[in-house]
Amino acid sequence: MLLKQLTEASGVSGNEKEVRDLIIAEIKDHVDSFKIDRIGNIIAYKKGKDTNKKLMITAHMDEVGLLVTDIDKLGLLKFTTVGGVDKRILVSKPVLVGKEKIDGVIGAKPIHLQKRQEWTRALGIDELYIDIGAKSKEEAEKLVQIGDYVIFKSDYIEFGDNLVKAKALDNRVGCSILINLIKEVTDVSFYGVFTVMEEVGLIGAGPAAYEVDPDISLVLEGTLCYDMPKLDTHLIPTYLNKGPAISLIDRTTVFDRKFREKITSIAQKNNIPYQYRKTSMGGNDSGRIHTTKEGSVTTTISVPCRYIHSPTSVMSKDDYNHTYDLLKAILSEFKREEL
Amino acid sequence: MNINFNLLKDIVSVYGPASNEDLIRDYITNEIKDFVDEIEVDALGNLIARKKGNGKKVMISAHMDQIGLMVIDIDEKGFLRFTNVGGISPIISLSQNVIFENGTIGIIYAEPVDDISKLKLENMYIDIGAFSKEEAEKKISIGDICIYKSDYVENENVVFTPYLDDRVGCFVAIEALKSIKNPANDLYFVFSVQEEVGLRGAKTAAYRINPDVGMALDVTSHGDTPKAKRFAIGLNKGAAIKVKDNSIICHPNVKNLLVKLAKDNDIPYQMEVLEFGGTDSGAIHVNKEGVPSGVISIPTRYVHSTVEMASKNDIINCTKLLVEFLEDKLEI
Amino acid sequence: MDTKVLLELLCNGNGVSGYEHNLQDAIKSAFNRYTNDIKVDKLGNIIAFKKGVSNSDNIRIMLAAHIDEIGLMVKDIEENGFIRFTNIGGIDPRTILGQEVIVHGKEDLFGVIGSKPPHLQEASEHDKAIKMEDMIIDIGYSKEKVHSLINIGDTITIRRSLTNLQGSRVTAKALDDRAGVAVIYETMKELNKMKHEADVYFVSTVQEEVGMAGAIVSTFGINPDIGIAVDVGFGATPELSKSDSLELGKGPGITLGGNIHPGLRKKLTEVAAEYNIPFQMEITPGLTGTDARAMIMTKEGIPSLVLSIPLRYMHTSVEVVDMVDIKHSAKLLAFFIASISNENLEGLLCY
Repeated sequence: MLLKQLTEASGVSGNEKEVRDLIIAEIKDHVDSFKIDRIGNIIAYKKGKDTNKKLMITAHMDEVGLLVTDIDKLGLLKFTTVGGVDKRILVSKPVLVGKEKIDGVIGAKPIHLQKRQEWTRALGIDELYIDIGAKSKEEAEKLVQIGDYVIFKSDYIEFGDNLVKAKALDNRVGCSILINLIKEVTDVSFYGVFTVMEEVGLIGAGPAAYEVDPDISLVLEGTLCYDMPKLDTHLIPTYLNKGPAISLIDRTTVFDRKFREKITSIAQKNNIPYQYRKTSMGGNDSGRIHTTKEGSVTTTISVPCRYIHSPTSVMSKDDYNHTYDLLKAILSEFKREEL
Repeated sequence: MNINFNLLKDIVSVYGPASNEDLIRDYITNEIKDFVDEIEVDALGNLIARKKGNGKKVMISAHMDQIGLMVIDIDEKGFLRFTNVGGISPIISLSQNVIFENGTIGIIYAEPVDDISKLKLENMYIDIGAFSKEEAEKKISIGDICIYKSDYVENENVVFTPYLDDRVGCFVAIEALKSIKNPANDLYFVFSVQEEVGLRGAKTAAYRINPDVGMALDVTSHGDTPKAKRFAIGLNKGAAIKVKDNSIICHPNVKNLLVKLAKDNDIPYQMEVLEFGGTDSGAIHVNKEGVPSGVISIPTRYVHSTVEMASKNDIINCTKLLVEFLEDKLEI
Repeated sequence: MDTKVLLELLCNGNGVSGYEHNLQDAIKSAFNRYTNDIKVDKLGNIIAFKKGVSNSDNIRIMLAAHIDEIGLMVKDIEENGFIRFTNIGGIDPRTILGQEVIVHGKEDLFGVIGSKPPHLQEASEHDKAIKMEDMIIDIGYSKEKVHSLINIGDTITIRRSLTNLQGSRVTAKALDDRAGVAVIYETMKELNKMKHEADVYFVSTVQEEVGMAGAIVSTFGINPDIGIAVDVGFGATPELSKSDSLELGKGPGITLGGNIHPGLRKKLTEVAAEYNIPFQMEITPGLTGTDARAMIMTKEGIPSLVLSIPLRYMHTSVEVVDMVDIKHSAKLLAFFIASISNENLEGLLCY
């Protein structure tokens, strides 16, 4: 299954090769042209009916993760985080180190030897290390090098009422939708762009937008979801199972109002449920894209993901499907040059 | 089931703090003696009443002791200083009435303190209205223990009073004991001592009886009042079947049997996962070579205060469930 | 059965304190081949008996390794079907955030442990650990469905499979103390090749993590002459001082301290030296946090020993041990048991 392959692949920001190869293998027979640009973005062009505007759909390929910074005397690996990883979710997790995906676990001082008050304090990165079972620095150095990337070991699982648990749903979910659009939509021209290094400062999107120079961009994402009962509803960024989340504002973009209303009217017309993303926290590739060159109109459409940026992110397959349906409806509207 | 709440009213008011259970033991003995085959009192003062039967040897334990305050000093002006016997809260004790075994009544008050939340028992005293040490000493000796004194109140839904903990457990045991005519099992009803200071009575009683199955009856906490700490137990939602507390993880087969009996007999019940506290089964289950044990809890608000509150329906349902359990074959 | 296969079977299984019965069959069928008799007592302790030479008054040696594991328990169910939970045994709440779990309801149900995402917290909160009461388990069903599948009181374990690390090291949950059960299994295999005078009781105890209920009652029943708890000790990691920890791969820790019988402990180290079995010393001046603490206080008092398998990241789902230490521990125990006779025991027990 495509989403399983995508989420289980390794692609920490700056090290997206495995994901990129996987995407190219999927799309290469379905596009008219594609290239890998100088920083690793995939820019694919799909030719259909000519339209008066240039449309770009993007999804970032990279995920948050870890990077080995040192190997100590005992053969334990010190590391730093890549992208926004909450240090509090690291301890006691299994990981895979480097290209060979060597098994390891993230350890720390045992609780018995910590004072109870310490339990209320978050463990710092400098108190954690990765244990691959090596007996010495020499043994570890044969297997691991400083600079190796580390991903969470987390398999794709379907559970509950139509839910999925995986790592890197942010943003393999966007990649998966974009790949399927490329495969299935044949009658309209658009650029499909898979960007690098979103999680470390929206790096890939700027150059890609510079090259494509779109009039309209659709950014596909996995976004924050926190739908606890008894919470004030304005504090719930998105809900699970209420459809694709359409962004209002975030730290990098105030989304174009008319374009947003166009998108919601398409959803209504097609009976596709949707919701707004009700927090201004976070940001995504849209921030770079809409300010490139002379500027352009963008929207971000996201699949809500609980426990995002953790090894155990959760999404609803219904939300995924509705997001895909919405994108297809937008494309057919675009074909009629009504976007 | 016909339940006599007048007995509950009487039983909560009989004096009997931990280590000083003579009066309540006499009261209960008198109440049950016509309904049991044998009555014994062990070295610690546990009351052990047997109703003979041919099946499993079952120990049913409800503690008859109460929390209280022990006098450790009498000052020149006749004020009494005290320490706690069991879990006594300073804030709850402030301005309460207390009563001693000889009927002397006093009140608890505190030295002036800046921050009432930091109130400690050592800054509090009992005032019995004596004007000198000599006068006080005529009524009270060092080592005397007093208990909270307050009224028993009931309406159609609930009772509230001090010392539902665990006189309501004793009450449930007595009502069950009276309603079982020809026991299927060999029943040892224990009215235990010194539970409040560490399950001490149940430990020696269990050793003496060496039961096949243990069952304690005690109050549990609640989670159904404003902003209460999360706990899935509420008043009037049925008998509480304990899964765990800090003294025991109840034997799954005993727990499951209670659930089955409740379901089969349409007795409302709720599951109790208590994150603190303990009760007599904590001592019983590690007796000798081990005793599969469980607990039926009576959901109670404001435990260890003078206004402990329980639902009458819950009390009746706990009694029904206990009777069903004791009449079962107990193939555990 | 290979000892590592049994270890994997046990660690991948589940048996939170009080709910160890799921593991009974695996242990019984493994132990059966090497012992004369197996019984399960009223609290669920599995007691395997191996007869020594055929005297009537053999001394009795009891080996105890606890089979229970720390875990979680359902305490309430939220309006939207999220599960609120509490811990059974000592769990650092920090180690469970973001973990995958199995809720052992009417069927085993997959779930994840979540909390408020960091993006929605004040920056000042980021250095605070998330409390267990602020976490939830998400099994992806509505409240009604959750109620039909799960009861308050159901146990929960972290979803984890035993994984090989480099060399002979492995990582798994519940190695504390199923590594100890593996040691007693390996010990009975070793003993099968030896002559021993003593009758040996191999006990897989229950509820060690919540107050040693299993050891208390099984020791009472067996009333051994010598009790040995096989448990785990803190494996060396950078932040631990050398004196607080045991190095992985360098043999078991032999505990020294007030709970430990000095004569027997001396004999144990002598046996290790005689057979070239590596060992380390572990110093615990007061009560040990093991089943030995129950043994020493049983009946007239049981002279006790503790053997510790070095283990890193204790009480987490990523505990690490070296299989070499399990082998060494078993060899040492077998030779020690074979060295004890009616004749020398009294001398060993003399202060």
